[in-house]
Amino acid sequence: MADMILFAVFPYVALALAIGVGIYRYCIDRYSYSSQSSQFLESKALFWGSLPWHYAILLILIAHFLAFLVPAGWGTLLGSPARLVFLEITGMALGITTMIALTILIFRRIINPRVNAVTSNIDWLLLAALLLQVASGVYIAISLRWGGLWYVHTVSPWLWSLVKLNPQIDYLASLPGIVQLHAVNAFLLVAIFPFSRLVHVVSIPLGYLSRPYQVVIWYRQRRSN
Amino acid sequence: MDIRAQVSSVFHLDKCIGCHTCSIACKNLWTDRRGNEYMWWNNVETKPGTGYPTKWEDQEKYRGGWERAGSQLRLKQGGKASTFGKIFHNPDLPTMDDYYEPFTFKYADLTNAPAGTDQPTARPVSMVSGKPMKIEAGPNWDDDLSGSTVYAANDPGVIELSKEQQQQLFAIEKMVMFHLPRICNHCSNAACVASCPSGAIYKRGEDGIVLINQDKCRGWRMCVSACPYKKTYYGWATGKSEKCILCYPRQEAGEAPACFHSCVGRIRYLGVLLYDADRIEATALKADAELTAAQREMILDPFDPGVIKAAREGGLADQIIEAAQASPVYKFVKQWGIALPLHPEFRTLPMLFYVPPLLPVLSSKNQGTQKIGDDFFTSLEQARLPLKYLAGLFAGGNEEEVKAVYRRLIAVRMQRRAESVGDLSEAELLNARELSGLSREALDAIFRMTSLTRIKERIQVPPMLREQAIEAGMETDEYQQGMGFGSRKAPKRRW
Repeated sequence: MADMILFAVFPYVALALAIGVGIYRYCIDRYSYSSQSSQFLESKALFWGSLPWHYAILLILIAHFLAFLVPAGWGTLLGSPARLVFLEITGMALGITTMIALTILIFRRIINPRVNAVTSNIDWLLLAALLLQVASGVYIAISLRWGGLWYVHTVSPWLWSLVKLNPQIDYLASLPGIVQLHAVNAFLLVAIFPFSRLVHVVSIPLGYLSRPYQVVIWYRQRRSN
Repeated sequence: MDIRAQVSSVFHLDKCIGCHTCSIACKNLWTDRRGNEYMWWNNVETKPGTGYPTKWEDQEKYRGGWERAGSQLRLKQGGKASTFGKIFHNPDLPTMDDYYEPFTFKYADLTNAPAGTDQPTARPVSMVSGKPMKIEAGPNWDDDLSGSTVYAANDPGVIELSKEQQQQLFAIEKMVMFHLPRICNHCSNAACVASCPSGAIYKRGEDGIVLINQDKCRGWRMCVSACPYKKTYYGWATGKSEKCILCYPRQEAGEAPACFHSCVGRIRYLGVLLYDADRIEATALKADAELTAAQREMILDPFDPGVIKAAREGGLADQIIEAAQASPVYKFVKQWGIALPLHPEFRTLPMLFYVPPLLPVLSSKNQGTQKIGDDFFTSLEQARLPLKYLAGLFAGGNEEEVKAVYRRLIAVRMQRRAESVGDLSEAELLNARELSGLSREALDAIFRMTSLTRIKERIQVPPMLREQAIEAGMETDEYQQGMGFGSRKAPKRRW
């Protein structure tokens, strides 16, 4: 029953919250849709935390998504021992980078009185969930060799079963507890997303690259819109 | 020709007494919220001095404004791709320590302290963290501190001077300073607008006021580092950037902006300028020394029939053209040529102009008793405040620009002295007029505008044509039902 709730019901609840509340917040409180940067209050430690954190976690997320979206291709990619070792070493370096960077960011929020003053309860919850996520991820990488052997046969089909609205909890139920924790905590992060400053992940300003430098708005433009 | 109107201003520095009334008026109206305590959309600096934030003029440190990259303009902090790569950490962003940490005092300690032999004190506490702190800076920390080895000596403009000039500047009996009030320049080629990844910052087409759409701002903070004047500020409590809005809600109600209205020295002039937006890029690409003249060229004569015709064709209302003709700013900048932009070499084409201060410039000889008509040029060469310093502030290093302004300002004084004291000959006056290039009438008009005009003449708020704006956004009868009593939505039941 617990497995059912955690592996079959909770992911849908998390996604529903992320999409529903995310859109609701965007529509009625667009003002709050940002990361509320604290670089202005403290810049040096943020450099050593934020920069490695963002780049490393983005690459790791991309790897997770590729393995989920194209499990066959991912399996082929890992087929050669040389490629496997290369990806495992890169992954381990990135994983440890995220751990160190996140630790810096958390300590920065604890120690620096200015940054501490702009940290809310939901921020602490978010940071704790993120730390749990990268720590369990790195632990899985060490103890279970990244799941290179089993991810595409277990987690990937489980995620696809969720997508197909036919949740197959057996895939996950047979895996070690730490993997289950990693999976459930991932959906916890999805659930926290619309309530926290994590909303900034969907505000990538791609339009900047193509727009002209100067922006002039006329009333008559607004009328024609 | 793409003619645009710009609500523009002139600050007459000879008249600024450094009272900070403008700053307080602005603070009380717009920035007395949590997260904004440290922001001074309007601030008054002492020059020479390091200013607010500290050494803001030093673009090697802050990397604000534009630079020329071949035949193109590029933001000094980097192009678009580079900006995009810096969104996780902006290396050029000033931190709160470059401004100051806002503070208050634990006043309650004064009354709550237990009886004892010591005088109770109110300890300073940070307005950010609430913890006790050591106050090390404030919004006008170097106020009136010219000659200071900590502040004035580190003024980026002073560092450029020769050793002799610096020594002369800081000799105690020759100490000199003036006040520099600063607000957002509402630039034509704004670097903040260009740097915003979210596209939240925009220039209003009708009046040129530069605003940040608070709902679109995602707090990337690129505008804070891109603005060379450091006039966009990051609200640390809201995660949004904010800046001077030129009190557009007051202007839309026909009122002067708060800092203009409250100015004790009556130094502030406001009016419409017409300029050719097609020339913005070409103008901003000129060499440093040519920028001031090029920007003056970009500003158009509102009496020229060709300009009027093109303006009408471009959709400018007749009221705006009339406002441009009545504009005191046009007179100062174009007709009389005595107002200059601040740091044109940042290439943002600032639309706020300054009449450089004359008073400290003259009279370094004979304890300040030299005769005003004597040595029309040598008095400028031996100025207490080196021309090079002023040219660095107002003309991209071009001393001829500043000299030309001073000749005109001195000519005004000579003409007034001839009239009120009568110890100058007609030949001397004629010489002064020829050197200044201005007629007797123009010199009289400058005198009148500088000293005798009332608020409605100094500050010509143009018709903001709210009716057009309202029609553009909504039906007028809907607007009528919805507005008033502070309500922003029509009083209607939705469920």
